[in-house]
Amino acid sequence: MLGWRIARHGLALVAIVLLGGLLSATLVRLAPGFDVDEEQLDPHLSTESVRALRETRREERNIFSFWLHSMQLAAKGDLGTSLSLGQPVTTLLRERAPLTLRLVSMGLLFSWAVAMAMALSAAWLRASAYDALTTLVSGTFLCIPAAVLALLSVLWNVPGSLAIGLIVFPRVYRYARNLLAKAYSLPHIVTARAKGIGELRILFWHVIPVTGAQLLAVAGVSVSMAVGAAIPVEALCGLPGVGQLAWQAALSRDLPLLMNITILVTLVTLLANSAADVFGHMLRGQEA
Amino acid sequence: MTAWRRLACALLLLVVSVSLAASWLAPGGYARQYREAAGAPPSAAHWLGTDEIGRDRFARLLYGTRISLLLAPAAALLSTLMAALVGGLAGYMGGLWARLAMAATDLFLSLPWLFLLITVRAVMPLNVSPMASVLVTFSMLGLLGWTSAARVLCARTRSLRDADFVRQARASGIRGRRLFWIHVMPNLRPALYAQFWISIPVFILSEANLGILGLGVAEPMPSWGSLLKELEGLTSIGEEPWKFVPLILLVVVVTLFQFVLSKQEEVAA
Repeated sequence: MLGWRIARHGLALVAIVLLGGLLSATLVRLAPGFDVDEEQLDPHLSTESVRALRETRREERNIFSFWLHSMQLAAKGDLGTSLSLGQPVTTLLRERAPLTLRLVSMGLLFSWAVAMAMALSAAWLRASAYDALTTLVSGTFLCIPAAVLALLSVLWNVPGSLAIGLIVFPRVYRYARNLLAKAYSLPHIVTARAKGIGELRILFWHVIPVTGAQLLAVAGVSVSMAVGAAIPVEALCGLPGVGQLAWQAALSRDLPLLMNITILVTLVTLLANSAADVFGHMLRGQEA
Repeated sequence: MTAWRRLACALLLLVVSVSLAASWLAPGGYARQYREAAGAPPSAAHWLGTDEIGRDRFARLLYGTRISLLLAPAAALLSTLMAALVGGLAGYMGGLWARLAMAATDLFLSLPWLFLLITVRAVMPLNVSPMASVLVTFSMLGLLGWTSAARVLCARTRSLRDADFVRQARASGIRGRRLFWIHVMPNLRPALYAQFWISIPVFILSEANLGILGLGVAEPMPSWGSLLKELEGLTSIGEEPWKFVPLILLVVVVTLFQFVLSKQEEVAA
């Protein structure tokens, strides 16, 4: 059962990467200016030379052969060359991915720590004033655009990972608060409290087993949020990660680079969600 | 509706009305340059000062608010209609069509929203006219923002398909398009209505993010995103605090939307 679940996720990953690659190849191929090379605009070149230059890109005009060729190269680890930076995409990603990974990981740790602390304290205290305060704080951060939080983190001299944490935590808090509120209102939890069982014991023995699978699903989704938040944070804080690379690629319309980054990011978020689903299933299996 | 919700609605209407009156409140327009007063602090003539090329910030705030508050609902309408078509048809037809539609939805949902936006934006030419950039930005938000709503509507339609009144209609000989448009779709209206309203603040924030990253509405046309871009040059919060007025206005408006729409979120879920 678990093996079949993992295999299903693996197949879905492969299918989405292939589909994503086809969609990317289509977008790159149909984008205005695809067929035009700066070289072709050189007035010194004769008509025959310009025609010969166009012929070298003839096979790229067919979307499927363009896609197949890209997939074949990608399978060998060649993700092409960045048009704007003139470097292999693989090299660029290898240089920048560790920084983004570090930022996103630290940001997620911070966001979950703050969100769970606020959600748990709201569930334990059961005070409407405190609940209103935490909702107000998280609601305020929800209403601030991620890029503005990135700019404010520069003004406050705060690390980029903290900015990512501030962007993600209100979203995580909302889900966690609702899940914990529902769990704490279950009859067996109310009974446990009435019998004088300590809050920590109730949390680890009765609440987390009930909400664990759903919290894992939220964890998977929060990875996607944190990776998305990396773009404005890295771009505006001047951090040379994958997010900044994607932003620079978008500004210079370096579509091959942008498409490869997008597929990579899709893979990472799909892996995170699949892992959350598999672990959630294992947790549910243990409960049963 | 509670008194607080009524107050929030009234405040929202006030902001929208003031922005619609931009042509009267700031007859000089958003692009006029007062070169003799470039980079000036707030004064009686320029309530929020002028930017580095002498444009009145208050006028740009009014026109920018108008653009953001008029076009976010337009984008929300487009995304809701697309979600209704894709999600509604998928739920109604079921089987392979539903699986294909939800697989396409999953593909879009697996991408972080901002990555998807900047990728699609980069495909289109960046140096377009301001009006074209406005249409491109908000059309893109509308055309890409249907996915999460489509899943909800697909699930709703599936449950409606097996409802008693639909079975009775089918037993009476009503089939196909008539059954879908006359009996199923009108019952999706509460969910569609809720999705429309909760999409508006999402699109306002998304446009602001795109604008700050330089991928939104093109100059000289203002929007909340392009106005917030001015915060990039600051070295401290206390320096030129009037530049934070667009941010305060955006946070207040989005907060009011969240407050007014909290009930809609329950309906949409």
